This record gives sequence, C-alpha cells and structure tokens, in this order.
Amino acid sequence: MEMVNLTIDGFQVQVPSGTTVLEAARKVGIDIPTLCYLKDINKIGACRVCLVEIKGARALQPSCTYPVSEGLEVYTNTAKVREARKAVVELLISNHPQDCLKCSRSQKCELQELAKQLGITEVRFKGEISSWPKDESSPAIVRNPDKCVLCRRCVAVCSKVQDVNVLNAIERGFKAIVAPAFSHPLESVNCTFCGQCINVCPVEAIKEKDHIERVWDALADKEKHVVVQTAPAVRAVLGEEFGLPIGTSVTGKMVAALRRLGFDKVFDTDFSADLTIMEEGHELLDRLNNNGKLPLITSCSPGWIKFCEHNFPDLLDNLSTCKSPQQMFGTLAKTYYAELEGIDPAKIFSVSVMPCTAKKFEADRPEMRDSGYQDVDAVLTVRELARMIKQAGIDFVNLPEEEFDLPMGMSTGAGLIFGATGGVMEAALRTVYEVVTGENLPKLDFEEVRGLKGIKEATVDLKGTEVRVAVAHGLGNARRLMEKVRDGSANYHFIEIMACPGGCIGGGGTPIVNSLTRSKLEEDYRQLRIKAIYGEDAQLPLRKSHENPAVIKLYEQYLGKPLSEKAHHLLHTHYTKRGKFTNCESVS
Amino acid sequence: MELYRSHVLVCAGTGCTSSDSQKVREKLREEIKRLNLEKEVQVVQTGCFGFCNLGPIMVVYPEGTFYCQVKPEDVQEIAEEHLLKGRIVSRLLYKEPDTEVKVTDFDKIEFFHHQKRVALRNCGLINPEKIEEYIAQDGYFALGKVLNEMTRAEVIETIKKSGLRGRGGGGFPTGLKWEFAYKAPGNVKYVVCNADEGDPGAFMDRSILEGDPHSVIEAMAIAGYAIGSEQGYIYVRAEYPIAVKRLQIAIKQARELGVLGKNIFGTGFNFDIDIRLGAGAFVCGEETALLASIEGHRGEPRPRPPFPANEGLWGKPTIINNVETFANIPIIILKGPEWFSSIGTEKSKGTKVFALAGKINNTGLIEVPMGTTLRTIIYDIGGGIPHGRKFKAAQTGGPSGGCIPAELIDTEIDYDNLTAIGSMMGSGGLIVMDETDCMVDIAKFFLEFTQEESCGKCPPCRIGTKRMLEILERITQGKGEPEDLERLEVLAQTIKNASLCGLGQTAPNPVLSTLRYFRSEYEAHIFDKKCPAGVCQALLSFIILAEKCRGCGLCARVCPVGAISGKPKETYVIDIEKCIKCGTCIEKCKFGAIVKM
Repeated sequence: MEMVNLTIDGFQVQVPSGTTVLEAARKVGIDIPTLCYLKDINKIGACRVCLVEIKGARALQPSCTYPVSEGLEVYTNTAKVREARKAVVELLISNHPQDCLKCSRSQKCELQELAKQLGITEVRFKGEISSWPKDESSPAIVRNPDKCVLCRRCVAVCSKVQDVNVLNAIERGFKAIVAPAFSHPLESVNCTFCGQCINVCPVEAIKEKDHIERVWDALADKEKHVVVQTAPAVRAVLGEEFGLPIGTSVTGKMVAALRRLGFDKVFDTDFSADLTIMEEGHELLDRLNNNGKLPLITSCSPGWIKFCEHNFPDLLDNLSTCKSPQQMFGTLAKTYYAELEGIDPAKIFSVSVMPCTAKKFEADRPEMRDSGYQDVDAVLTVRELARMIKQAGIDFVNLPEEEFDLPMGMSTGAGLIFGATGGVMEAALRTVYEVVTGENLPKLDFEEVRGLKGIKEATVDLKGTEVRVAVAHGLGNARRLMEKVRDGSANYHFIEIMACPGGCIGGGGTPIVNSLTRSKLEEDYRQLRIKAIYGEDAQLPLRKSHENPAVIKLYEQYLGKPLSEKAHHLLHTHYTKRGKFTNCESVS
Repeated sequence: MELYRSHVLVCAGTGCTSSDSQKVREKLREEIKRLNLEKEVQVVQTGCFGFCNLGPIMVVYPEGTFYCQVKPEDVQEIAEEHLLKGRIVSRLLYKEPDTEVKVTDFDKIEFFHHQKRVALRNCGLINPEKIEEYIAQDGYFALGKVLNEMTRAEVIETIKKSGLRGRGGGGFPTGLKWEFAYKAPGNVKYVVCNADEGDPGAFMDRSILEGDPHSVIEAMAIAGYAIGSEQGYIYVRAEYPIAVKRLQIAIKQARELGVLGKNIFGTGFNFDIDIRLGAGAFVCGEETALLASIEGHRGEPRPRPPFPANEGLWGKPTIINNVETFANIPIIILKGPEWFSSIGTEKSKGTKVFALAGKINNTGLIEVPMGTTLRTIIYDIGGGIPHGRKFKAAQTGGPSGGCIPAELIDTEIDYDNLTAIGSMMGSGGLIVMDETDCMVDIAKFFLEFTQEESCGKCPPCRIGTKRMLEILERITQGKGEPEDLERLEVLAQTIKNASLCGLGQTAPNPVLSTLRYFRSEYEAHIFDKKCPAGVCQALLSFIILAEKCRGCGLCARVCPVGAISGKPKETYVIDIEKCIKCGTCIEKCKFGAIVKM
C-alpha cells in the first residue's frame, strides 16, 4: 500500500493514500467535528462542519472528503476554521426549533453536542424558521422536517445501503428539504419502514411512531391483562440505553424491569421464534419433497416483506407463509394462552418490544387479526422501552436478574439467534437436519452463515440431500440476491433475508449509535451486538427449537402438528402485491 | 453552383425571432419571387448580430447595408427600392443615438466598430442550419488539421500556448484542463459542453449555439482527440429551443458528412456527441452539479477534489468547457496560438463576449478584446446612458459578480482586474446602472436569485444567503438596524469561506462590492431611512411642491386610493397615511409638481 506523508497542525503523519484528512487527523489524536459524515455511509462534504484549512487551497475544505496527498499541510484549529464552523452551526441552529427541553433526542443529539463543543453561547443570525407539516401518515415512522438539518444521512442509508430510494432532497434554496418524491406522505410510497433512517438521523427529524402512551394506559387499566413479548435482539441492545457497553446482554434485568413496569406476564418472542422454526422447517421439507416453490424465503422481517411486495411482487409465492414470531405470539396470546389461563381474550392487551419499526406496521396489517382481535396491540421499540423504564424511575443497571414467565417465556438458543443475520437459517438447519436425518447434529454452529458479509452462501448435506442456502441482510443485498433469483442465475433451496444490516440487532428500533462512536469503535457496532447474541446461545442448555418443551406441549395440547389445519389458520399468512413506487396494491 | 448578385441576411436569433423576423423572411422570399429576383438575390437566415434591441435586423450584401427594426410591412419597399432598383431605404437605417446620424454601412456603426468578433465570428454571417456554409468559412478544417497533422500533445500545447481561459466564469486555463484529462489514466473519457447558461440576462452561449453550432461541435471533436475521448455531451437548457433544434440539425449534418461518428476523415478517430437537456436549475452550470444532472441525479455539486479531469462523468476523466470557450478552439488551431495570444492583456488572452443590458442605449451582445475599458463598452459601443443620466455602476459576472463604480470606469476588463476590484468576469453578463438605481435594491435582487437557486446542500448557502436576504429586505423596508451592516459582513465572509461550490462562494459578492463602493447608500437606508436613488418604496414620500402646483386637480382624480385632496387653483396635498406610492400622480402631473423623496 502506498503511504503518504502529511502534516496536520504541524504534526507529521503517515497514512495510506486514499485516506481522508478527517481519518488522518484521528491518527494524531484530533477528532474534527462532523455532522453529515457517517462512516461507510455518508461522505459528501455537505454540512461544512468538518472544514479545515489546507495550505494552497482557495476556500476552506471539508476534511471528510479531502484526500491526503504527499506534503499536504492541514490546519484544523485556526481562527478562520473555528469561526467558520461556529457560524455554520449557528446558521443551522437559526433554522431549528431549539426545543431541546421537549426533544426525545436531547443529550443524544449531534447538533446539540456540536453547539456545546464549538462553544456556541449565542446565535448571531436570526430569521424565518422553516415550518413544515409533520408526516405522521405511516403506522411506523414519523418525520418532522422542521428539525431536519439536511445532512442527508437518511438519504444515503435509504439509497446506498437499503436501495429503497424513498428519501431525497427536494426543492431548492431555503425551502430545500428531505422528503419522498413530490412530498408524498411515507404511507403512500414504497417505504419499507425499516427505520434505518432513524438510526442515522443526528437530530429528531425522524423517529418511530410513539406507542408509549397506549401501553401506559393499558397498564393502568385494571380490566386489562397486559402481556409483553421481547424480541431476541432486544436483550442484546437495551443496555446501551443505560450506559452499558455495546454488546452487553441484559436478559435478566430486562425481565425484571418489565415486571416493575407492571406487565402481568413477561414472555419471550424467542418462544415463538422456536415455533416459527417448527413451521418454517416443515414448510421447507414439504416444498423440497413435493416439488413446491423454491427457494423458500424467510418471512420474519416485515421491512423485507414490504420491500418484496413492492419490488418482487412476482416472487411472493417464494415467501414462507409463516407469520413472523411477533405475530405468531400475538395470535397465540389471545387464543392458546387465553384458553390456558381462562382469560377473556378481549381483555388481553398484547405488547411487543422490538428492535424494529416495521413491526409497528406489521402489527397494523389488516390480516393480522386471526385471534379475532388485533393480535398485537402495541409495539415498542427498544428506545421506547428504555424511555418507559426511565420514566418509571427504575434503576436499570442495578436490577436483579429475573426469569421469563411460563409457558410462553420458554425458549432455546435457536430462537435467540433470530436476532442476528444468519440466525434464522442456522436455527432452521439445526432442526431440519435432525428431523430429516433422525440423528443428532455433531456440531450446532453453522459458522458460514454468521457474520456481516452482505450475502452469505452455504451448502448443507442432509445425509445425501444437498441443501443450498443463502443469507442476505440489508435490503440492498436483498435486492442483489433477489434479482439473481428472478433471472434464474441463483439456485438456492432456502434463503434468509433480513431488512436491516446485521439483522435485527441492527434494526431501526435499536439504540442509536452516533457518528463519532461508529468511527472510533474498533469493530462494527453490529458485530459487537451479534457477539452478545451468540455468546448467550452458547451458554444455553437448550439450543434447538424442536427441543423446546413449551413448543412441544403447544403442539400436543393445541395445534396438533406442524402445518396442521389449526396451525395454518393461526400461524400462517398471505402477502399483497404493491406498486414499485406507491403503496397501492397493484392490479395484476 | 448558382451565383447571386446580392445576399440578404436576416437574423434568426432568439431576439429577432421574437420580434417576428420569421415573418420578415417569409415576406422577403415572397417579394423576391414576385419581382422575379429569385436567381439574383438569396435570402439567408443567420444567427444573432448582437444588436438585439433593434431587431429584426437585416443586412444586404455586397453593400453591407444595415436595416433595423424591419417589420413585415417594410419588406415590399426594401425589395422594390433596394433589391430591384439599388436605392437604399433610408428610413430603416440605423441612427447613432448621440449624433442622430444615419449610418449606411454595417461596419461603420459604432456598436460594431469597436468589437472584435472571434467567438462570434460566424454569428450573423452564415446560415447555422447549413453545414456547407460553416465549411465555407473554413469550418472543420481545424479538425482535419488536428487529426492529420498534430499529435494529441501538440494540440494541448497549442491551446496552452494560446492562453485561452475558461469563458464560463472561473477563468481556468483551458489547455491545462485538457492536459489533466489527457494525463488521467483510463480508456473511457468524456468531453462535456456546458451550455447551461443561467446568469440573468446573459445569452452569449445561446447566441453561439443558435448562430454557429458547428464551431462548438468541431471544438468538442478536437478536444475529444486531444484527451482521448470518443463521446461528448452537450448539456443545454431546455429553455433554449432554437439552440437545441440547431444543435440537433448540426449534429445530424456532421454525422452525415462524416465529421462526427466513426473513423472521422478516415483517420480511425471516433467521436460522437449527444445532447442532454437541463431543466433550468442555475446550479447545474456548476460543473459537478452538471455532471450529476447528466447522470440522472439531482443537480447538486460535490466537493472537489476529486476534479472531473480525474473523476468526472460516471467516475471517468472528463473535461467540461463552456460554449464560448469551445467556440474559440477551431480558430486558435487554424490561426495559431500566437495570433490568439496577441489579442488581450498579459494574463487574459483573446476576446470576451458580453451581454450588455440595463440603463444603456445599445443593448445586445458584444465581443471585445480582453483589456477593453468599461468606458469604451458603455460609451462607444453602448452609446451611453439614456435620458442623459449619470452612469453609476456596472455589474459584471451576474449574481456571482460585483458592482463596479463609476470611478473605476477606466478599468481594463480582464479576469484578474475584475477580481481585484471585487467583481468577476463570470460568464459575461454586463448590467449598466444609472443614478436611478438603488444599490441596496440591486444587491437584494441578486441575493433573491442566488437564494432561490441555491441547491440547498450546504448550510452557508442554504441558510446564510436567506439570512442575508432577510437583512437586505429589512433595510430596503426602512427597518434596518445599525448592527445589520456588520451582520451582513459576517454572513458574507462565512458564506464565502464555507460554501461547498462556486455558487455559494460567490453569492455574497454583490453585497460585498456594494458595501465596499456604496456603503453610504446602505447607511442612508438604515440611519436616515432614506433611499437616495428613490427606489425603495417604503422609504419614499410623495410630496406636491407648492411652487409648481397649478391646482389642476388631475392628480386627485387619478389617485387610486383617494389620498390627494385640495381645491381647484390651490395647492393639492397628499395624505401620506393613505398614499400607496404607486407613482400614478407623478406620471400624470403635467407640471412636474409631484416628487418622491
């Protein structure tokens, strides 16, 4: 690798050519402030916060895009630089609501942090403040353009990472704003509600639709029996909201906190993840044995489902008909569980805690009422749960560890690893192998399908039957893989797709990792979260879905067997063809 | 080939077309047919002569008689008198504004006399829709010479030696730009012509494309050969329909004759050109925004480096040159770099085309050697200021430029001199202002433009120009605060230093230059609540002067809001509370008794 020598504020530094000034400055211990920059996602020099002086250059230059070159002289802390950065941030603030006391991002806001860091104590510029209608059209995501600083990080993640391309800048001048084309509301366009835009927003311009109040109301209602389920990834990320290091698993404290919030039963989505494996595993075997539609593609990720409905409506028959674990749980909570406990299902209020925003949309889908009621009544993101815990004054970090309630809190490691990319595939293979071969798997860990590589492939030998599998995470990777499926160049039997990079642990409802942290971590933050998931799986006594005693009992007592008529009625669903750019059902 | 005794050139540029030159042409052909002169007189539709306020323009050769403001009903007389009988129609001749002398000969008209037409050499001379007429003016000879006799390095060396600098505004040395792209590694490279002319009032590129499209096509092919590119794109505004149509015709004809396409002149060199229409965003004239737009993205600039010469269109090495720059290329090749560099000043070679507009007698398009003074342009070519008013300032460089005050009228215009006095060459807009123009209002006008046209990508330009505009609006409404001048200066510095692209970096120039040369006018607005030029309505009061008022009462009758009262034969009075400052009373008063102050 060609190395380049330059000086930054008089300090010599040697870095590989192709490095930017921003990256080189970190090597000499200088964190140049940034706003629009986001490692691996957005490098466009738009916000003008990371400006530096470069000897010989006419104007100040953005360090996030400026490539190093031999003999370059960079000054990051001159009066001119400080004044420019300050003035730029003051201009941004002059067109910002400045309602920090009422803002959910307060103290986690990158604009607020910049103002503090740059020593802004007054704003010299005043004038008109943009006023746009909030977009609250969708069941999952709320956009508040008044807070938008036009950093374009959402645009970059929506287009470059997810390849969904719903958001872009529109209009010009002071009226320029980020929005869907023609300012259409999110609900009416091809947004997947994956929420990756929320995870990258430095301010509170995009957030989840708030379900906290409806959960507090249910908890306060003496008539209501309030149950909660927690998705596999939640335990691996919730601790971050309370200052614990990324990758700290907090299962027991999470259960304890939920009990203290007043939930009548604290259950686990891992339970219905195991159930999903039973249904989907048998669906795969059925399709393999009976010339069914292949490849079979997983259906746990509602952002992926909506993406598929918009972009691959011709391939909807390849999707597994299994509901997602959230929805399987929701139906069973108001049928099986209600019968078991003798509770009127009308009085059950079912809450889920999800690392996801699209789950709010999924719970709202009209077909998700197989129990006779809305199967899932409220969906909280991890961030919302953390807010509730804080509102209740619970000292989360010092809570004792507690156990989930039975029966729907019983789970295995297979259900748990649903939270990471490749996890559904690995869980399915653990079960399918043993069902087909009748033998114990010699090694449970399918390393080939783990990790952050965009598209992973493996071939599994089921004692003579070769099963070719693929795993994609992030919708951009999903599109690439699906185009191969469509044109016939991919020849897989089973595909796992998760809408979010890294799988659910990278979901749009997880704690926000700010730009500086992303830059300074040695490893991708999603990898750290994944480690927490697999670490816990390795410690569990039960690691195969078909060995979950509560699931076995559910089939014995209630459903019969996988793919039974009752299972079909309660646990399976269907999909909707949608337009390429609009949410309308397409006429086919 | 037919030989004609007379050629009648009728302008078919946008200006003359909109004043009905097409009807004049049609009528002329009818008359010639009626008079049986078809074999003797040929009618030629040409590009722009530049004297647009006198359109439609007609020139009769071989005499070179210049007729202006020719209406279809004048044509019969011209045909019968001039074409048939050889008698000049004196009433349609051009009259010098100062001396009222009628000028017969085209070249003797002051407006043309001081010009030197290099880039515009064929405009108004040939029919732009006939490649043969371009070829007859040595067209495509430069391309032939380059392909057959010169190496790529020699071509670049020639352009470098000529001293040609970019005519789009930046003034970057063209040959150097070509050399960067030539040296950039890669097999696929592009040549892009920036025809996204957007400065208010500027139309030099439009006129070249309308009047001499082949000069641009030939130059692009030469550039393609020089840098090693086989594909060019012309990015032209969709609002230029005549230019687009003539380009399409020219490209088609060039392909048919084999001067575009595969194996040009049998040399094995391939080059073709496609047109891309711009939707009219000013910022798309910025080269990286233009490239983004060609690629199908929102037209927004990106930081440089990387420069387009290394990473341009679709990431490939690309040169982007402006229309006028290209129009200079073939003649440099043919006449040699020494010829070109003999014109102009030490660091600015050749000529520059300006669009002359504002408070000046002769408006239109002119081309002068670099180093021509503002005085020559305004008084000799432009014919001075109408109504005997005083010259106050000239704005060059459009919204990115600055105001040059009257005391600098003898500045020799070139890139460096203009920058030194706080303006810039820009693409060549030149707006003349007289004593009735308010400089704060002018600055506000340009800020409105840049604010509307800012792409919104970076905060200094998106929000900063808005804040400046708000302050200027406040000042012109009489609500200016003493701190506003300092605020303007801080904002201007921030926007200049911190903006992403040239649009933002130069947006404060109109304010900075007017603050520099006309600070007292700002102060009068802020401290005295007066607009010295009498432009800013909120700062004006309409008053009836007792000594002049005859008490006729006309003003009271025409006042739309009933703000004027009085008795006949006595002095009338304006109620300042009611007055909406529309100016109707001033217009109607026969005695000059009403003034605004």
